Amino acid sequence: MPNTSDIAIDVKGLTKSFDGRVVVRDLSMQVKRGSIYGFLGPNGSGKTTTIRMLCGLLTPDSGEGTCLGYNIRTEADQIKNHVGYMTQKFSLYQDLSVRENLEFVARIYGLDAPSKSARDMIERLGLTGREEQLAAQLSGGWKQRLALGACTLPSPQLLLLDEPTAGVDPKARREFWNEIHALANDGLTVLVSTHYMDEAERCHEIAYIAYGELLTHGTVDQVIEQSKLTTYNVGGGDLNGLLAELDGKPGIDMVAPFGTSLHVSGRDEKKLEAAIKPYRADKKFVWTRSEPSLEDVFIELMNRSKDNFQ
Amino acid sequence: MSWLDTIRRPGFWRRVQAMLTKEFIQLRRDRVSFAMIVMIPVMQLVLFGYAINTTPRNLPTAVLLQETSDVGRTILAAIERTQYFKITHRLSTTEEFDQVLASGKVLFAIEIPAGFERALRRGDVPALLVAADATDPVASGTALGSLNRIVQLALINERMLPDQTQPLFEIRAHARYNPAASSSLNIVPGLVGTILTMTMLIFTALSVTREVERGTMESLLSMPISPLEIMIGKIIPYIMVGFAQAALIIGFGVLLFGVPILGSLFLLALLSTLFIATNLSIGYSFSTIAQNQLQAIQMTFMFFLPNILLSGFMFPFAGMPTWAQWIGEALPLTHYLRIVRSIMLKGSGFAELEYEVFALFILMLVATTIAVTRFRRTLD
Repeated sequence: MPNTSDIAIDVKGLTKSFDGRVVVRDLSMQVKRGSIYGFLGPNGSGKTTTIRMLCGLLTPDSGEGTCLGYNIRTEADQIKNHVGYMTQKFSLYQDLSVRENLEFVARIYGLDAPSKSARDMIERLGLTGREEQLAAQLSGGWKQRLALGACTLPSPQLLLLDEPTAGVDPKARREFWNEIHALANDGLTVLVSTHYMDEAERCHEIAYIAYGELLTHGTVDQVIEQSKLTTYNVGGGDLNGLLAELDGKPGIDMVAPFGTSLHVSGRDEKKLEAAIKPYRADKKFVWTRSEPSLEDVFIELMNRSKDNFQ
Repeated sequence: MSWLDTIRRPGFWRRVQAMLTKEFIQLRRDRVSFAMIVMIPVMQLVLFGYAINTTPRNLPTAVLLQETSDVGRTILAAIERTQYFKITHRLSTTEEFDQVLASGKVLFAIEIPAGFERALRRGDVPALLVAADATDPVASGTALGSLNRIVQLALINERMLPDQTQPLFEIRAHARYNPAASSSLNIVPGLVGTILTMTMLIFTALSVTREVERGTMESLLSMPISPLEIMIGKIIPYIMVGFAQAALIIGFGVLLFGVPILGSLFLLALLSTLFIATNLSIGYSFSTIAQNQLQAIQMTFMFFLPNILLSGFMFPFAGMPTWAQWIGEALPLTHYLRIVRSIMLKGSGFAELEYEVFALFILMLVATTIAVTRFRRTLD
């Protein structure tokens, strides 16, 4: 049953293993319609597998749920009609031209005027003049725009983008995100996986997944809040020496250099304060209490999850 | 989802057409494959060696015995003892004589006319009529050559004839359909079959694995197109390619070797299309089983080899042991060789080829079923 509720993706307990190795474990998530949902996590954390389960390309071992109101186990055919999936690796035909690729997609989805839809999309993508170029000859940035164009061509309600900006230069990346925001403004729901923290901050909501488990989710602020992490920013001389001394001390869960300063974080504020007390007296260093960055939160989450995992 | 549901789903032909257009464009851009389509037939035709010599055994033979006498029985027993011939049909009318030969059920038909014994004793030099299906000259030639001596010796042994070197009877041998026993007449139609088998298998065997290897399958699977639609869209372009190849080989055969086309060209085209489609479905089913393009090629050659050896292309089919004949019956080339040789060299019509057509249909159905059920709709 297709629903019109404001939830686009609603899945519970998704689990998937390959050859006895669990890739996604008991994953539950909800994505609101019209929102941009960031899906973060290290390589091999199960992001791609989750996305493939959402669009019916993989069958979960257990767990269930709906995508646009369609059951992900039994109604993959309907899901495919309304979901645009952009794969991590360029998966359009390299030996077809820009126009031919778009026309192919338009015909498969049964658009009324395939040639016209393709032409309009070429214009929208700013690919005019390149329509007869083979996809293989396009640069990484153009390929990625073409791929986005191909999966938005049939006017889907949900876009699943698997690391769409990997290996793309910053300018192209920014334009890509402007496009995604424009699409979301038109009511499209977007689930996008990424490695980049700046991209995470452009999402309405984010989820962090590591070793197949969803560790946290919410808005960026909520995620930082939930982490209960206390962070100090240290400036001054000989930060390398300080890093070496602090690393691994009880109460200090993470030390990481950030440019000319050091981020020192701990889950337990009191223990952290106690641990850094001797160094705060040192006039060489300037200690300032700061908000943890999203990256601090994620790296800490990942370290913790790894501890649990091993 | 059953096949019928797939076909009834709105937009079936539109999706097939989208797939087909895409395949055509890709084929056009793939220069190497394109060259292969033309070069393989031409090279094979020019390079292929002719005579492949064998000593056939147990060739199916029909007998029309017009008189019941000891002489008749003696001759038949002698013929069978040579092991060249195996009497499979006993006929009673002359119409049957022609019919059984035209259908390809036997390679020889022997007629012992009424009054043979009487004429023999009177010294009238009666005639023993032997008609051979010479579309495969290798199979018929050796056996035919030995016949005269065999019969004579048999009659001498039975003391029905005085021991003389002068033959007192005559064997009238008719090499039918290929009177000059020319090998090229046999080889050219055979080449149509082998070349089609090879190219059709390779093209489709690569089609699905290529999409998997290039990563395009992931995209394709996430779109609303069914496995049957993908398959039909991938097969149709190659039916046309196969058709062009067949026309090329037959055209060259007629021009260079003077191979006749006695039967209906339309029927030949129709049944060739069936054979092409059968091979394409088989190649496609390989494609759904193989993990990568290399495996697909290996499977193709595994299948191609028995097609060459056991179909009657290289060696006379009737001369093979029964188990090999059974394997041969399961190969599309076997049936197509009979079709193409019969139509071109004998002028056979559809009625005589019903069994071969039926067999090709069954093989195509089996392959299609494997392909559609094996096609992975997910990446699991």
